Amino acid sequence: MPRKFYYGDIPDAQGAGTNATSTNTSNEKDWPLWEVFIRSKQGLDHKHVGSLHAADAAMAIENARDVYTRRMEGISIWVVESKYVHASNPDDAGAFYEPANDKVYRHPTFYDLPDELSHM
Amino acid sequence: MINGTRIPELEKSFQDKIDAEVKIEPKDWMPEAYRKTLVRQISQHAHSEIVGMLPEGNWITRAPSLKRKAVLLAKVQDEAGHGLYLYSAAETLGTSRQQMIDDLLSGKAKYSSIFNYPTLTWADMGAVGWLVDGAAIMNQVMLCRTSYGPYARAMVRICKEESFHQRQGFEILLTLSQGTDAQKAMCQDSINRWWWPSLMMFGPKDSDSTHSDQSMKWKVKRKTNDQLRQEFIDMIAEQVKILNMTLPDKDLKWNEARGHYDFGEINWEEFWNVVKGNGPCNKQRLEARRKAHAEGAWVREAAAAYANKKSAHLKTHAA
Repeated sequence: MPRKFYYGDIPDAQGAGTNATSTNTSNEKDWPLWEVFIRSKQGLDHKHVGSLHAADAAMAIENARDVYTRRMEGISIWVVESKYVHASNPDDAGAFYEPANDKVYRHPTFYDLPDELSHM
Repeated sequence: MINGTRIPELEKSFQDKIDAEVKIEPKDWMPEAYRKTLVRQISQHAHSEIVGMLPEGNWITRAPSLKRKAVLLAKVQDEAGHGLYLYSAAETLGTSRQQMIDDLLSGKAKYSSIFNYPTLTWADMGAVGWLVDGAAIMNQVMLCRTSYGPYARAMVRICKEESFHQRQGFEILLTLSQGTDAQKAMCQDSINRWWWPSLMMFGPKDSDSTHSDQSMKWKVKRKTNDQLRQEFIDMIAEQVKILNMTLPDKDLKWNEARGHYDFGEINWEEFWNVVKGNGPCNKQRLEARRKAHAEGAWVREAAAAYANKKSAHLKTHAA
């Protein structure tokens, strides 16, 4: 009986287009990976939208324009080579963000004030 | 043990997160099987977008008007972009772009069988947009809620863009359906050829599943093949009336008790035959991809050489 699969998920056991043949592409190296940030309009932050490969920064910006701003989604693009992005470790998230846990007094709703008080 | 935590505990906390609808992000711990399933599924999805450009690229130079040509070009460019969003999402799981491209070109990786059918007439551009993209959208809307963050985000972006694809396809058929007798016949012929392959896009019946469905438990998938197929049929069976055309299924009939359309048996023999590589265009599609990749090699090499030269130049001047 055939194994179930979905669109975009065909089991390895099923043959694809044609029988496998070797190609000479394996010796090629990927261009560096870049993270793309887009400012959608003046006054807003640049926001991470995705990533792409490019040989250099100029190409990364042009490719980002073609891929991420085809429908006027942006007016400014930042690209950063992915290897320069340093990230906090999700395994340490509990301890790392713990200091904020017991400081509810940093929120305005912590303070119980009379209803008559306005503009505050 | 990983960082002092035992695997069963990690697996439990992973599943708890999924049950609580918390998205999984690239650096989070995940079972190897989850990672492997996602890499396979996302890369196949990406390959489908890339190979999917070929049947439509076939008609760009022969589109009947400048407007239709501009629209088709924009649509095919979107597919390239969708391929890139998906490749990028797969790369966050630790595979490389080169590896995925190699697997596609060698025939090891799979892509949706629908693209192994030929686009014979202009009406096929309409049917592909309406039926093929329509079927893909059913899956993609579901995948906007998939448990893996980067995949879900790519899907949200893709769904926003796909809506135009389906609408422009329907508009092509609508125009033909109001045209000459020959145009009407072309429209009906195209629907006849694409209807069943579109239904096959959802995969085998749920009852043909031989294993418990881990993808549903992990919320990689959120609806079964049969659920999505039924939703699609219910939608299309109504839309086809606006075209004054018919779907090529004598068993298609509204079932009041079920609240759904009943439909005829899919030709599963044809389905498995195309999956196994014997469809009308399997060979042609892969050859086209290999040729494009080989002929683009000098561009990739030149760009890399130029980038190297520039960075060497910068270093010399900085020193």
